Amino acid sequence: MNAQEIIFYLIAAYILGTGIMAVTTNRIFRAAIWLLFSLVGIASLYFWMDLEFIAAIQIVVYVGGIVVLIIFSVFLTQKAGDEMPVALKSRTLPAAFASLFALAFTANILLHHNFGSASNVMFDPNMDKIGMAMLNTGDGGFILPFETVSMLLLAAMIGCIVIAMKIKKEATQ
Amino acid sequence: MPIGLTHVIILSTALFFIGVYGFFTRRNLITILMSIELMLNSVNINFVAFNKYLYPQNIDGIFFSIFIITIAAAEAAVAIAIIINLYRSHNSIDVEEANEMKY
Repeated sequence: MNAQEIIFYLIAAYILGTGIMAVTTNRIFRAAIWLLFSLVGIASLYFWMDLEFIAAIQIVVYVGGIVVLIIFSVFLTQKAGDEMPVALKSRTLPAAFASLFALAFTANILLHHNFGSASNVMFDPNMDKIGMAMLNTGDGGFILPFETVSMLLLAAMIGCIVIAMKIKKEATQ
Repeated sequence: MPIGLTHVIILSTALFFIGVYGFFTRRNLITILMSIELMLNSVNINFVAFNKYLYPQNIDGIFFSIFIITIAAAEAAVAIAIIINLYRSHNSIDVEEANEMKY
């Protein structure tokens, strides 16, 4: 077993362990922190796969953005130290059974499926290539989804403000 | 067996079903949102792994991941706005208590 394999298994155990803690812990603030650890683990998996750019996006957007947003909404909607009511056994047992069965089923298929072999080209997703393809209008370019996603972000931003805005009683009358 | 596509895909499958378990058992909207984030992350790992191990000459999988991350950010922001609005009208973000449209 070489170092690369050991590091992969360590990262996998870290991601899955913190992920399980994030969905099972009873305190909502701790769940958010476990989710943060899990997302950092996924970023390290991207580093392991030589995808520095995706790893950087993962850290900036998920760890720096979404988890902070989630923690803010936890503080806005409930007391941080509160424990949530324990989930009913009649709910957790079927859920655990369904998830484990589906996992075993899918893993069985994956283990027996031959994915074929890759071409011998080196995988080299450097920043130049990603940037050129992102704004390329020609063949294989991604300018249309790029622009669409920018419109989507603008719409989502305005939508958030409108939804979360407090309407004063006097203004509505 | 050297570490390859199958290992990474099984890792992402396990992460996806951890998210599914959380989605089934949680009754608090914020924790349901966290489970959805775990599921979206496992899909990202899938796209990137297929790109790296099967089609190393392309970078399409990376772009799918980038756009999924962007849309997940927008989705989380909208979801949290809805959660805050729900909290204002119900004083709770438990999904069992928002049942006006159920019957």
